Amino acid sequence: MNLLPFFQWCEATTLGTAIRETTWAFAVIESVHLLALCVIGGAVLVVDLRLLGLGLRRQRVQDLARDAQPWLNYSLAVMLLTGTGLFLSEPTKCYYSTPFWFKMTSLALAITFSYTIRRRVVHADEGRISPGLSSLVGVVSLALWFGVGAGGRWIGFSG
Amino acid sequence: MMTLLPFVKWLAETRGSIALHESLYMYPVIESVHVLTLCLFVGMSTMLDLRLLGLTLRRVPLTDITNRLFPWMFVGFGVMVVTGVLLFYAIPIRSYQSIWFRMKVVLLICAGLNAWIFHATIYRSVRDWDVSRTVPPRARLAGVLSLVFWTGIIVFGRMIAYNWFDCDRPEPALIVTVAGCTADQQAGR
Repeated sequence: MNLLPFFQWCEATTLGTAIRETTWAFAVIESVHLLALCVIGGAVLVVDLRLLGLGLRRQRVQDLARDAQPWLNYSLAVMLLTGTGLFLSEPTKCYYSTPFWFKMTSLALAITFSYTIRRRVVHADEGRISPGLSSLVGVVSLALWFGVGAGGRWIGFSG
Repeated sequence: MMTLLPFVKWLAETRGSIALHESLYMYPVIESVHVLTLCLFVGMSTMLDLRLLGLTLRRVPLTDITNRLFPWMFVGFGVMVVTGVLLFYAIPIRSYQSIWFRMKVVLLICAGLNAWIFHATIYRSVRDWDVSRTVPPRARLAGVLSLVFWTGIIVFGRMIAYNWFDCDRPEPALIVTVAGCTADQQAGR
């Protein structure tokens, strides 16, 4: 399946053109994208570190996860919204960018993992999840989100 | 007026600065580490600020957060400072004369003062409100200020990448003053 025509169509959209042709737009949207990165980083790290037996060890995983979940949801929504804006401003560049595809693959995996396996593990009753499984889930989550972040930063250095 | 221009000009001529500036991978790698460490440092600090505002981790004693997360934040802060200094070292003159960089440094000082005042004053009585879900107004204010300062630091930091107000192009008097552009630069020499 050739996605290039779709990417070119994206590039011609009113929104994409507006962001591309306004001096400040990309920088401002990118800044909001970065601010949401901090929030998503905090919300993910607090729980993942706990899964690894680090950080807030005296609290139960499910309590931390319940408190962090809304912030993960909010920041992810802001990330997807601003990310779409950034993408629309330069889709053809993204199409030929390896880091872009790496990031999108990592993102799809990270979201799927976070809202299925990780969600079940972190909300499970205490004692039902072995320390080994907890650590594994924490490591996989951190690795996937790191892939998203690193891939995202590298889009800017490529092409 | 005090100017560090001769110093940054000297810095820009050093071998390390030139090597970093011209490197194909080192600069992007350092920049990436700088940005991704935001998750660790500002991410954790944001969770603490939100806790002060009663918006998350309400049932976690504040001292648990400070005792258990500060080590991670210190590591994150250390990495941000080291990579930040290297990023400055790679492009000394332009960074020094960037209005964004200058505003970022001012806000960094504000954020530092805010954290210091918080710890030197209201945090001393933390035992009294450690487990309560609503914290004293002064502590809440420290949380709000921290969020505001770090928002500014991140936005201004990101803007350093843009050349809108660089000294090598004609700038209005205000920018010339704030950025410390020289007459030679403004004359295109």
